[in-house]
Amino acid sequence: MSSILIIVFAPLLAAIVAGLGNRALGSFAAKLVTTGALFLSCALSWPIFLGYLGGDVPAAVVPVLNWVQSGDMTFDWALRVDALTAVMLVVITTVSALVHLYSWGYMDEDPDQPRFFAYLSLFTFAMLMLVTADNLVQMFFGWEGVGLASYLLIGFWFKKPSANAAAIKAFVVNRVGDFGFMLGIFGTFLVFGTVSIPEILAAAPAMEGASTIGFLGMRLDTMTILCLLLFIGAMGKSAQLGLHIWLPDAMEGPTPVSALIHAATMVTAGVFMVCRLSPMFEAAPDALTFVTFIGAATCLFAATIGTTQWDIKRVIAYSTCSQLGYMFFAAGVGAYGAAMFHLFTHAFFKALLFLGAGSVIHAMHHEQDMRYYGALRKQIPLTFWAMMAGTLAITGVGVLGVFGFAGFYSKDAILEAAFASGTEMGRTAFWVGAFAALLTSFYSWRLMFLTFWGKPRWADSEHIQHAVHGEHETPDEEHGDSTHANVHPHEGTAGYHPHESPWTMLVPLGLLSIGAVFAGFVFHHAFIDEAAFWNGSIAYNEGLIHAMHEVPLWVKLTATIVMLIGLAIAWLAYIRDTSIPEKTATQLGPVYRFLYNKWYFDELYRLVFIVPALWLGRVFWKGGDEGIIDRFGPNGAAWVVEKGAVAAKRVQSGLLTSYALIMLLGLVAAVTWVLF
Amino acid sequence: MGGFPILSLMLLVPMLGALACLFSGAKAARTIALAATLIDLALGLLLWANYDVGGAQWQFVERAPLFSQFQWALGIDGIALMLIVLSVFLMPICILASWDAIETRVGEYMAAFLFMETLIIGVFSAQDLFLFYIFFEAGLIPMYLIIGIWGGANRIYASYKFFLYTLLGSVLMLIAMLWMANHAGTTDIPTLMAYDFPAGAQTWLWLAFFASFAVKMPMWPVHTWLPDAHVQAPTAGSVILAGVLLKMGGYGFIRFSLPMFPEASAQLVWLIWGLSIAAVVITSLIALVQHDMKKLIAYSSVAHMAIVTMGLFAFNVQGLEGAMIVMLSHGLVSGALFLCVGVIYDRLHTREIARYGGLAINMPKYALFFLLFTMASIGLPGTSGFVGEFLSLAGIYQANTWVAAAGTLGIILGAAYMLYLYWRVAFGVQRNADAAAMPDLNTREWLMLGSIAAAVLWMGVYPESFLAPIRKDIAALDARVSSAAPESDSRLVIGQAQAAPAEDAAHGGAH
Repeated sequence: MSSILIIVFAPLLAAIVAGLGNRALGSFAAKLVTTGALFLSCALSWPIFLGYLGGDVPAAVVPVLNWVQSGDMTFDWALRVDALTAVMLVVITTVSALVHLYSWGYMDEDPDQPRFFAYLSLFTFAMLMLVTADNLVQMFFGWEGVGLASYLLIGFWFKKPSANAAAIKAFVVNRVGDFGFMLGIFGTFLVFGTVSIPEILAAAPAMEGASTIGFLGMRLDTMTILCLLLFIGAMGKSAQLGLHIWLPDAMEGPTPVSALIHAATMVTAGVFMVCRLSPMFEAAPDALTFVTFIGAATCLFAATIGTTQWDIKRVIAYSTCSQLGYMFFAAGVGAYGAAMFHLFTHAFFKALLFLGAGSVIHAMHHEQDMRYYGALRKQIPLTFWAMMAGTLAITGVGVLGVFGFAGFYSKDAILEAAFASGTEMGRTAFWVGAFAALLTSFYSWRLMFLTFWGKPRWADSEHIQHAVHGEHETPDEEHGDSTHANVHPHEGTAGYHPHESPWTMLVPLGLLSIGAVFAGFVFHHAFIDEAAFWNGSIAYNEGLIHAMHEVPLWVKLTATIVMLIGLAIAWLAYIRDTSIPEKTATQLGPVYRFLYNKWYFDELYRLVFIVPALWLGRVFWKGGDEGIIDRFGPNGAAWVVEKGAVAAKRVQSGLLTSYALIMLLGLVAAVTWVLF
Repeated sequence: MGGFPILSLMLLVPMLGALACLFSGAKAARTIALAATLIDLALGLLLWANYDVGGAQWQFVERAPLFSQFQWALGIDGIALMLIVLSVFLMPICILASWDAIETRVGEYMAAFLFMETLIIGVFSAQDLFLFYIFFEAGLIPMYLIIGIWGGANRIYASYKFFLYTLLGSVLMLIAMLWMANHAGTTDIPTLMAYDFPAGAQTWLWLAFFASFAVKMPMWPVHTWLPDAHVQAPTAGSVILAGVLLKMGGYGFIRFSLPMFPEASAQLVWLIWGLSIAAVVITSLIALVQHDMKKLIAYSSVAHMAIVTMGLFAFNVQGLEGAMIVMLSHGLVSGALFLCVGVIYDRLHTREIARYGGLAINMPKYALFFLLFTMASIGLPGTSGFVGEFLSLAGIYQANTWVAAAGTLGIILGAAYMLYLYWRVAFGVQRNADAAAMPDLNTREWLMLGSIAAAVLWMGVYPESFLAPIRKDIAALDARVSSAAPESDSRLVIGQAQAAPAEDAAHGGAH
């Protein structure tokens, strides 16, 4: 198991070399070091994962260094590997290695490549620390580390104000989640007297409903409040309803970043955390109900927004948000294996969709608005087929009992588990999930039809016009937001010919396509049905798995049926009669605007949090510090002195002498006191 | 070390250096000052190396009767050791920071700094009540001069404010000390730390000391001298003010208020908690709207110091150790942040945030260091800031969840104002040609920031080096105060909700 040391620390070393070497090292060397390190990590990770597939492999812990010992609180740097970690290891290292390779092509013209690759590798290191954590504090280290890398990568093109704002937003909103996570860790330590994950999980089942603790003046069931606090952390990182607002804006970062961080790995950290701590959550049924509720609500809400967006990356971002909702409600009903399975398949097909979108954007000269796409099927066929594989996977195409694309197995498992759970919240989640699957199918095919079918509509795009006129343009420069409110692009190509991307970008697309096609078929048995595979690394609910297989046939077919309905609607609206979308939008004016403006969350938060915080800051500063404290404090004292007919200036210049005098007098008094 | 008076030597070296500086020219004064502080740094490291972790509580003790009971009594425990090491580490960096920036009356300036180093080490090593008082109060004089002579445009007002606040507290503290010496019949600090003062008197004594330490800390609402003092002070003055002088308040709480008046500390804990909550929230919000870099960092210092007072008054080991680490970490990080401001102030002579922007383009090395210290300031795990804040807040959570929640809220706001600052300075477009033309760090600046960066990462990844020396002393302090600890609101109760409080859980962390 000592290969885990190389898996985790090779990316860190590479990040340091590339980051500090920077311009002295040069782009090529930096790219080679970081990408090489990641392929090494990836090559070492797969054998570990395959070993666990055999079943009944125990967990291993590799100690690294003492960290903190304070009273009875101890936590050390250590790397823990079990089946759950092994799943995350292959997801992280595989997607990261492919994204590194892809970035060779995608970032080719960027002058700051060493910095970019250093950040990517640094991110991978932090993510690996998160999933190998043996205690809650090291998990928090990884948690914050990926937050830092995400901040740096979202703001990679730091000259753009929008990128900076998005980066800060991501960090601060995640900190709101961390507020819950930190208090959750403190509470856990208070209750269990340790922050070691295995020890907590061993003690958790006995605590169910057995005790209360105080929190902010309330007395609450111990396990419920602990799990809720920890879950708030998960909500922040995994962009769940209420704390989701940073994820769409995070698309300001370069597209490979979106694929790696904001689709495949970092945003799934919340799901990972709930699964890792699943024995704790199992001891808190009320908290699980809340998890199910938030998951189902996010799944629906994000999907509704996804149907109206024009920016190709934003559609995929809301799709990610929605798919994370699926994972959470799977965990909420107790199907942790299904949640992890969807995390696993989603990593491949969502990374594929993002990288495919990146390839489209690359071909379209940084244009991201789908209204300016059209007919790209013939121009960039390889990208098209890759995107097709991703779309078939996310919409869950497959035939029961024969073969299906990745999402077919994982999404079905989640819906079946929700139905089989038998709870009211579970049943609700099933119906919500089924409807969201319809929306998923609709927005995914809408994306495909707008991009690859129809007639070319490139002529009016600013970006394309720049390209045609031979002006060099990088995303680092400031220009208008690509989400215009109302545009009616004319058909035509303006003489522009999109080019297929270089091999460095196409190879990752090809490999991820294989994952999107086969990952579900190959691995579903191990993830869903085998307690021996998980071997105690997650709470495994034998009864629920059994009930899943016993659900009525119509439940098993629901996902396929809604997928077909979604496809049909998308086909009608975007191929058959392209005037339908606009007519519908006009008819449902207020609803459309509500969805298009993302339920007005940003506006609401601005009004409720940001504006009052700045206002209070000014009031406390000008009114409090200067208006009251200074006025009646030091300035008041000076005023009194001045009125006492002593020139303030003289007092000030004489201050030092009088101070020394007072000290001297005090000392004399002290000495006198002691002597006599 | 045998009987070698290493502490006295550490006091003597900068003192002699100061005298030498007074009578030499600018160039010589710089060299003398650097040499003297480096010698003291070497002595400080020697002190650390020879400190016997787990040995006697007071080590390197020196006793020389002066007259009557008044004596030259020095000695340190682990807590004092760590603060002395922090001070001697920052001092040479301060001298380097003033190398080119100070051009007038260099000799006197260097003398003031060296004199201050003597007094600071004196504060942390004094074992006699009145010896402590002299060092503690006299430390103001060089700082007052540094602000008043080498400060900015409004330096007179700032130094006057600084002085007025501190004077108020020190008079009350002196009276309390006189009463104590009379009552206990000794001025020996270790003896007094174990002396049980009558409960009624404790309250008054505690309040008198509080008046002095709260100003030094500074706690809200007696903090308004700090932003002005920082803004007007030269860079090195800010570094030493934030890095070391603010720690004297915390040291005072650890050395006097808590062990000498444990009952009063528990009784008045609501005062500390209330002011700390107010400080964290209010000063963080104020920091959010600042236009002046130094003012922003000054306000953030007040917020960080409130985390220290929260931890100190958590009445458990995590809180106390966390508070110590926050003090050490803040000493390094805020010092480094003021150096970062100084580096660009030296080039452009303005602290106005809006004048900068896009420095990551022309000053990449600078931007990297600034980023590291920004992250340390907002407590990113892996940096020193995290270890301290995490332990303090974990400690206070066991005592009171409201205070813990407020402290954690402060950490959210901390991220907001520091990242907003970093955006406006290092990221964005290059708005002004003069800012865009600034050269990157020179070797001297790189050396200053690099050495602090190494310490920040060391303390974040392997804090055991810093926790080990203080462990035994914190445990002793915890044993002294925990019996008086106030009841926790978060404690674990076995049994269903709404049930009458049953016996406390055996493994509950609450006391």
